Amino acid sequence: MPLSLIQSLGRRGVSFFTALGRALLMLLHSLVGKPNFRRHFPIFVEQLYATGVQSVMIIIVSGLFIGMVLGLQGYNVLVQFKAEASLGPLVSLSILRELGPVVAALLFAGRAGSALTAEIGLMKATEQLSSLEMMAVDPLRRVISPRFWAGFVSLPLLTFMFSLVGIFGGKMVGVDWLGIDEGTFWTGTQAAVEFYQDIVQGMVKSVLFAFIVCWVALFNGYSCLPTAAGISRATTDTVVHSSLLVLGFDFVLTALMFN
Amino acid sequence: MIQPQDSLIRIENVTFSRGFRKIYDNVSMHIPRGRITAVLGPSGTGKTTLLRLIGGQLKPDSGDILYDGISVPSLSRSKLYELRRKMSMLFQSGALFTGMSVFDNVAFPLREHTELPEELIRTLVLMKLETVGLRGAASLMPSELSGGMARRAALARAVALDPELIMYDEPLTGQDPITMAVLLKLIKELNTTLGITSVVVSHDVSEVLSIADWVYLVSGGRVLAQGTPDQLREEKHPDVHQFVHGLPDGAVPFHYPAGSYLEDLRQCH
Repeated sequence: MPLSLIQSLGRRGVSFFTALGRALLMLLHSLVGKPNFRRHFPIFVEQLYATGVQSVMIIIVSGLFIGMVLGLQGYNVLVQFKAEASLGPLVSLSILRELGPVVAALLFAGRAGSALTAEIGLMKATEQLSSLEMMAVDPLRRVISPRFWAGFVSLPLLTFMFSLVGIFGGKMVGVDWLGIDEGTFWTGTQAAVEFYQDIVQGMVKSVLFAFIVCWVALFNGYSCLPTAAGISRATTDTVVHSSLLVLGFDFVLTALMFN
Repeated sequence: MIQPQDSLIRIENVTFSRGFRKIYDNVSMHIPRGRITAVLGPSGTGKTTLLRLIGGQLKPDSGDILYDGISVPSLSRSKLYELRRKMSMLFQSGALFTGMSVFDNVAFPLREHTELPEELIRTLVLMKLETVGLRGAASLMPSELSGGMARRAALARAVALDPELIMYDEPLTGQDPITMAVLLKLIKELNTTLGITSVVVSHDVSEVLSIADWVYLVSGGRVLAQGTPDQLREEKHPDVHQFVHGLPDGAVPFHYPAGSYLEDLRQCH
């Protein structure tokens, strides 16, 4: 029994590091090299639309509701200590530092990451990637790289939108509904939020999350088994792995940044 | 017998395994230049694998594959992509890009590899589509094509850059008799008019033998027989005879290996 346990541990370890190596190689081959702007820029713009623009709605709606819930819960607690004037800082700091980058990345993994995996997986299953290779067109440069860059640019922008809308949602509940003074709300926010520590560091997080989500999504699609079951498995893996990685790295980054 | 110097591709003592399964065991083949070579064999003998080895998508465990004297497995990534411009492959599914029209699919290799102006690309694409009889279908999307039409469109795309070599992966599988005849005619015509070296991987024996100049029969990781179609039809080797004439039982048994039938039935009760 213990022998087979060690055996399976070893097997898992080897397959994990093999996959990591292959993922690194995939990233290296897709991103390093002479860029061909004339051919690849139109594909990049197309992908920016598919991954970025088409995710705007879900990001805005979620951001608004999360800001509103935060406003309501925050008010209920703060009002007991007559500290409702601190609602602005509470909402804006928690959104800018944590909820914005993390929730936007989770939504992005579910909305755009899974779509990327399914698309690449299906291209693999229908031999489109192989046929690109045989046409002497490198699928890593032609298919993977523009999608990676599009996602990498989209998520930080989406995070920015999420945070703005979220703070506005908090203001709607706190000020317009529950009657906190608008001046107090915004002055508190302005005093508490620092450009470098809160806004820039939040964006740094979302840049890292964008890297993680895109990498995981594209690698899962590129390396999936070219069958229906394989693609469905890869799509699930994308959402699960990238969500866990985002949450894990968020803790690490928070510990490094706000300690 | 074909002399090695006439060969465009020389496969020398190639061994290739997948996991623990040996797909090719010390196999040598020569693909003559400017001819149609058929590679026949039962399903699952790794005929497609052979094409992927020639295209450099897979590397053999040992042995060498020479394309016009250049060793394919030892090429660097960029040199391999350069070499692939001279070859082309027709995939079993056609592998058309689903997001593009037939016209754009055929124009794709031209746009990727040449700097030709759009009007010239249009002329070339229409010429290629006319060759396969699909000029009228240029604006259709791949989802609107029948299986046979998709394969013809893919063929037009495969010849867009006038390759030296076309590899056909099971071009006839699952086609109706008319489409089959059309595809056979196209493969033959492209070979005779443009002198394209063709490798046809298939198990539609009689159809492929009707157009091939040279035939290899592979099974169980080895070359069982080779020769002209007539030589193969008259071959006495029991495995070859059974496959070429499509007999249900013979050297390859009808039954998958199993224990005693009576014993199995008894266990049910």
